[in-house]
Amino acid sequence: MTDQAIALDAPAVRRQRPWVILLRATWGQTRTKVGVVIVLALVAVAGVGPFFAPYAPDAPVQRAHGEYALPFEPPSSAALLGTDNIGRDVLSRFLWGGRSVLALAALSTLLGAVLGIAVGLLAAYSRGLLDEVVMRTMDVVLAFPQLVFALVLVATVGPSLALMVFAVGITTMPRVARVTRGAALEVVERDYVRAAEGIGVPRRRILFGEILPNITSPLVVEVTLRLTFNIAVIAALSFLGFGLQPPAADWGLMVNENRQGLLVGQPWGVVMPVLAIGLLTIGTSLIGDGFSRAAIGIEGGRGRT
Amino acid sequence: MTVALEVENLHVVIADTDVDIVDEVSFSLTPGQILGLVGESGSGKTTVGLAILGHCRRGVRFAGGAVRIAGEDVLAKSDVELRSMRGRVVSYVPQDPASALNPAVRIETQLSETLAAHEDANGDARGRLHEMLAEVLLPQDREFLRRYPHQLSGGQQQRVALAMAFANRPRVIVLDEPTTGLDVTTQAHVLATVRDLCEAHGVAAVYVSHDLAVVANLASRVAVMYAGRVVETGPTQTLFLRAAHPYTRRLIEAIPELSGAHALIGIPGTAPRPGHRPPGCSFAPRCAFMQPTCQLAFPPRETVVVGHEVRCYRHDVVLQESLAARPVATPPPHVRAEEGLVAVRRIQASHGAHQVLFDVELLVRPHECVALVGESGSGKTTLARCIAGLHASYEGEIAFRGAPLAAGSRARTRETRRYIQYVFQSPYSSLNPRKTIEQIIGQPLRLFFDVGGSEARRRMVETLETVQLGASVLDRYPHHLSGGERQRVAIARALVAEPQLLICDEVTSALDVSVQAAIVDLLAELQRELGLGLLFVTHNLALIRTLAQEVAVMSDGRIVERGLVERVLDSPSAEYTRKLLSDTPSLEAAMAAAG
Repeated sequence: MTDQAIALDAPAVRRQRPWVILLRATWGQTRTKVGVVIVLALVAVAGVGPFFAPYAPDAPVQRAHGEYALPFEPPSSAALLGTDNIGRDVLSRFLWGGRSVLALAALSTLLGAVLGIAVGLLAAYSRGLLDEVVMRTMDVVLAFPQLVFALVLVATVGPSLALMVFAVGITTMPRVARVTRGAALEVVERDYVRAAEGIGVPRRRILFGEILPNITSPLVVEVTLRLTFNIAVIAALSFLGFGLQPPAADWGLMVNENRQGLLVGQPWGVVMPVLAIGLLTIGTSLIGDGFSRAAIGIEGGRGRT
Repeated sequence: MTVALEVENLHVVIADTDVDIVDEVSFSLTPGQILGLVGESGSGKTTVGLAILGHCRRGVRFAGGAVRIAGEDVLAKSDVELRSMRGRVVSYVPQDPASALNPAVRIETQLSETLAAHEDANGDARGRLHEMLAEVLLPQDREFLRRYPHQLSGGQQQRVALAMAFANRPRVIVLDEPTTGLDVTTQAHVLATVRDLCEAHGVAAVYVSHDLAVVANLASRVAVMYAGRVVETGPTQTLFLRAAHPYTRRLIEAIPELSGAHALIGIPGTAPRPGHRPPGCSFAPRCAFMQPTCQLAFPPRETVVVGHEVRCYRHDVVLQESLAARPVATPPPHVRAEEGLVAVRRIQASHGAHQVLFDVELLVRPHECVALVGESGSGKTTLARCIAGLHASYEGEIAFRGAPLAAGSRARTRETRRYIQYVFQSPYSSLNPRKTIEQIIGQPLRLFFDVGGSEARRRMVETLETVQLGASVLDRYPHHLSGGERQRVAIARALVAEPQLLICDEVTSALDVSVQAAIVDLLAELQRELGLGLLFVTHNLALIRTLAQEVAVMSDGRIVERGLVERVLDSPSAEYTRKLLSDTPSLEAAMAAAG
């Protein structure tokens, strides 16, 4: 009977790891490539931009003869994109001002995703009372619009970057938790989870080792979407003055400071940060979209054999 | 005699690549005749079944041939014409009735829709409705008609699907494994209904199945499909008594029999997938009769006797070998140990408020295999899970080697968790699709023995070899493997823990007959060689003779009969066991009845 060795004739191509196939299918779409190019370009601007900025972010523009520039001057050789509301260089402030938006959005999304995934997994796996309590608490947080919740928190405690990350992160959590729980509910019923329980795999390893890898597709889509939203929320909070404080450079803050420039014919102080934030959200959502299309394609094409 | 259905050289391909799925399939049926279309999964039998309705799955197209119902070619019809034909001229009963019935619509509405869709003169609709239900032996009262599909049992759902299929007296009906998900008793009833209805109304039926025993009891003709072609066709008796194709013979040998007279032999290797079929006879790589000519071209149709056709160059040699000369089963050894390995005493268990086990007692001794037999809902899986610690809400005592076990695996010691291992019913859901086989089998090793690295790898390869897989599967993911291979991996995962008791819960029911035979054979050998205690949970009585020493029969949460396998199978004392035995489809019985 030992001569009945099973013929394994699966071609070598099919032995790739599932996520390699998924990422390849994601990258194969034009939308993903466009999104990645946009996001990388903006990350580059924010990351290395300050090294190329002609002025310090809070320094006034000085003309060749040493005199200071006036507010809202149109583009000139001294200030390529003109000056802002108190005569600083718009280009320099734009190059300096991306870091905070990107870092805060990324940090708050990361915080929300980590908490949300942990909470959602725990709720789906434990079921019963814990599930109810946890998810109804999430619903309470969810009932507040994200911006309002952040505003209330920041307004009571006072503006601080850590608080802003916390506020946006906490409001991101229930949304990620819901998606996680929904996707995990089906997976916790699978026999491989029973099998792991039977041999005594620790609960934490069941959550993150058995269940989590099977729901990565919807989670990646959700987290990318949350990042897109959070970029806008962070920018809005800065615009309202709850983020970085003047004279620091920040895209959201710049829009607020330079609003009057639109009326006097110097739009660059508003247009540049708005364009950057807009492109950034478009870029991240294109990537998320590409990924979700790839995930559906792969999930749909995977039969029983 | 008139011909109800004629399939001629049907050729179906994958749309973009023109890879054959089904080719050169021909057969014909007279009114009232039932053809059994038999094959393993992937043989193309469902594709042929759907083609009779003029339907092909997405990404697949008809490349040639004809399907004629009452002289008209179904494949040449437009979508509109097909729609008006379906249900009226040709109808279909799917494998899973739950997915074929609309869950949000009452039974009455669904049944009358079937009638209304085709009947112009809506005469005595209510009378017809009752007639339909009576035909399939369902109650006709108002209360029943107002139910939704989920309020019916699986057997009742399948009867509703049958009623709908027969409602408009079609000429041809296609049944796609309609009893696969049903218990043997329900299956026996559904089969009898199909047989009676076809005979009474002169409906020609194509019964698609992988289960030869079922087909033998139902069909008058059988066509055996392999890798997209019909390799043998003939009258049922001739085919089973004088099978001329090596594949048909291997299939017959793989069928478990209640008598247990023959050893169960699986077919080695796997059927080639579309696009990977060899140039000659597609069975040649797995065939014991293979000779060089077999690899050159697919064998032509040859007639053995009138009505019995085979596609094999060597059918005359095959025929000389008598089917009766099959290897005789080695009966399981009689080992009698005094002390019990696992003793279950007066267990009561429930799912929520619903009690599923009543005062159940069970004893498994070391080196002994106990079969736990029962229909779905009898509580056999719950009992097995209580023992394995996967179902923690029970009262009573489960003792392992004399010491009481805690309820639930988390409350147990690492040692007892290791000694009792569980293999799940479906290998499609018991292996994590995101883990490689190495990660899957490595997990118990890490947990129980704290070994990793080369020592872990050595043990994994060793265990994989005992289940007849090689080290080459280690870096693969479950979806790279076939169902049988996956189940072997699941067994390897249990064995690597070096258990003393192995619980196998319906481990073959999701697999093809040929694979089932190989897995049962493997378990029997493992039990003998490793001296395992084995609790083999199954609904199929025919499987247990070659494997188990003792059997416990369960019904409605109680053990109705317990004893040595020979005693229970040969002279059952419980009424329920007798019924189960008589309902178990048997090839031998069908042949004996036919003379």
